[in-house]
Amino acid sequence: MPKLSAILTLTTSLILGIAGVWVAYNVDMLPVSASMNAPVYDELYRVLFIIGLILFIGMTALVIYSLIQFRRRPGESGDGIDLEGNISLEIFWTAVPAIVVLFVGLYSYDIYDRMGGMQPLMHDHSGQMDNQAERVWGGIGSGPIESSSEKNSLSLPIELTAMQFAFIFHYPKGDIISGELHVPVGREVSLKMESKDVIHAFWVPQFRLKQDVIPGQPTILNFTPTKAGNFPIVCAELCGPYHGGMRSNVIVDEQEDFDTWLKENSKESI
Amino acid sequence: MTISLKPNNSSPEKLQPTGWLKYLSFSLDHKVIGLQYLVCGFLFYLIGGSLAGAIRVELISPLSDFMPREVYNQVLTLHGTIMIFLWIVPVVNGAFGNYLIPFYVGARDMAFPRLNAVAFWLIPPSGLMLITSYFINGAAQSGWTAYPPLSITTPAAGQIIWILSVLLLGGSSIFGGINFIATILKLRRPGLKLMQLPMYCWAMLGTSILVVLSTPVLAGTLILLSFDIVAHTGFFNPSLGGNVIVYQHLFWFYSHPAVYIMVLPAFGLVSEILPIHSRKPLFGYTTMVFSIMGIVVLGLVVWAHHMFTSGTPPWMRLFFTIATAFIAVPTGIKFFNWVATLWGGKISLNAAMLFSCGFIINFVLGGITGVALAQVPFDVHVHDTYFVVAHFHYIVYGGSVFVIFSSIYHWFPKFTGKMLNENLGRFHFIITFIGFNLCFAPQHWLGLNGMPRRVAEYDPQFQLINQISSVGALLMALSTLPFLWNILQSTLYGEEAGDNPWNALTPEWLTSSPPPVENWDGEAPLVLEPYGYGKKDSNETQEAIR
Repeated sequence: MPKLSAILTLTTSLILGIAGVWVAYNVDMLPVSASMNAPVYDELYRVLFIIGLILFIGMTALVIYSLIQFRRRPGESGDGIDLEGNISLEIFWTAVPAIVVLFVGLYSYDIYDRMGGMQPLMHDHSGQMDNQAERVWGGIGSGPIESSSEKNSLSLPIELTAMQFAFIFHYPKGDIISGELHVPVGREVSLKMESKDVIHAFWVPQFRLKQDVIPGQPTILNFTPTKAGNFPIVCAELCGPYHGGMRSNVIVDEQEDFDTWLKENSKESI
Repeated sequence: MTISLKPNNSSPEKLQPTGWLKYLSFSLDHKVIGLQYLVCGFLFYLIGGSLAGAIRVELISPLSDFMPREVYNQVLTLHGTIMIFLWIVPVVNGAFGNYLIPFYVGARDMAFPRLNAVAFWLIPPSGLMLITSYFINGAAQSGWTAYPPLSITTPAAGQIIWILSVLLLGGSSIFGGINFIATILKLRRPGLKLMQLPMYCWAMLGTSILVVLSTPVLAGTLILLSFDIVAHTGFFNPSLGGNVIVYQHLFWFYSHPAVYIMVLPAFGLVSEILPIHSRKPLFGYTTMVFSIMGIVVLGLVVWAHHMFTSGTPPWMRLFFTIATAFIAVPTGIKFFNWVATLWGGKISLNAAMLFSCGFIINFVLGGITGVALAQVPFDVHVHDTYFVVAHFHYIVYGGSVFVIFSSIYHWFPKFTGKMLNENLGRFHFIITFIGFNLCFAPQHWLGLNGMPRRVAEYDPQFQLINQISSVGALLMALSTLPFLWNILQSTLYGEEAGDNPWNALTPEWLTSSPPPVENWDGEAPLVLEPYGYGKKDSNETQEAIR
């Protein structure tokens, strides 16, 4: 009997595992991925989805099975078996979740690192540590933009000012002010963000990136778009009555189209 | 160690009103206070639920067309505040804690009966004040988190009333917490060891430690916020040199443990209900106790996972990711132990049991999405979206509220001496379970695909899913009707329950239903094995205890 139940448990776990993997790769619940770190994010999502699905179906099946198998039949009386605990079983189901959680934690740390989240913070881009107003905190992908001139020359600096209820983008190169974000495909964008009034959040679901835009505390968010197209920018932090309407677009152009846009809108010759 | 078992003997019980009037009085009887908490909480649940209904009506269409945008923000702020501070926290702690803890420790009342009554009587005026703020220049509209600077720049009257109300409710919580700790540790019947207490006592001990440690931080934070609003100080106001992130740290130092203040007692209640209706001992008592204390310790060091998108340093994100994810370990132990409690039992599929098992299934999903949300890369995409709304409601509605219903079905015979109608109860469960899952499961997809939370208007591509969610909400609202009818009908004309209709071994069932003023006519029974099912015939065990 114990052998049979062990085989049954193993088979069920195997079927569950295969089903979980199949669902995770065939049921797509995410929007298009359009930035360099989106596929990395999607990888983590898939792993979490598979583990979650297996656990959820397994636990639900166990509860439903118990309710059916051990239900009190008509005319039955008395108590169930006198079973108060089982130390080895309890150690087993403490250790397994601990290992799974540790694996997920380390794996997501790796993903986070690959997304650029562990790069050191830039505390002060002007070199004055005591100047609170100039303190810059990083979001994912933020790096020392001004300290590394090589990197800086490659990335496109844009300043974002958020206010009730709009996002305003400023391109230092060309002194362009725009209500929409225009970026070229395949080039890193370094967005320096600050809010004029309350906390807003810059979110592009297709980039899998979100960063709060905080008054009195500039933040940097770096990302590299990988797909040309028009994607929504959504404010994700409750910012007042028109919060739901605080939306804009990020228009990812091919390099030539972006250059044309830059030339057409530029106040100074580039 | 133990002090008088008759803390109430100096109280003027004889002068207290009797009959239903006692529930409107400053009664010192823990059972009366428990039911006051329960009924008062349920009334606020109906109000908070109506507000949720209004939110779901607004979201049937992508445009903001059902109510003005300011009112929408007031409605969502009131909904969150009422459900947390006036329904779940007072009921899972105040109502069941007050009713059950003295029975479980073998006392005749709580350690501080007057403080207990004060704790309850702070709630109705605070709640009424919060709701009437809607009619005085508009209620608070910055969400239940009241993040500055929004809470400083929105109309001050509503926000100040909100702060005052939450401060009073926090005070009530602290009074309750102190009382529970003192009762559990000091009023135990001689001969009853801590490790022989029913699991709900441990859950309430853990919860009360969290309440006493974290609620004062919220109180201090809100007092500073009120200074910023009325006296134009600059603690959190960036235009006066304040720091908005400091508020978030302080706020979440309370408000993350608040989740455990809502679910730990629910865990305790389920641990009482499952063994009785499975006719089996609670599996793994010792690991259950340690897992509660593990959750308490971890619960205090995970608050910053609410701030992964706020511009926190990388090391902080890493630490809070790991700490948050590790809460899954003690929580997982509890779930496996509950399933093991069901295994090999003789399970009665009554309403109490169905709601408890519904809780297990819902909470597993909420827990899984919780572990996912603890991962920074995952969180930065779905933070402040409907994914979080779904996760949170799976924890607090699918978790705590399901357990509250389960507990009402389980303890109603003790409260009133009458049985509830089981068929109506099962019907209530089915409609609630379907409605709940229909409402909140699709919201995971909404969040992943780009719908932020707290919006009155949204991208039209999300309309169908929002409509499905609103149908689920309607079912949840309708599910209250068979429950209310059942309560009304059974209280008036229900079948007599007898003292112990479930043939249970926990101490509250070893007295009459409803119990006498001082809980037992004679000496309190000494119950050393509250889960001693299956050892011998339960009737014999009961006789032995008596």
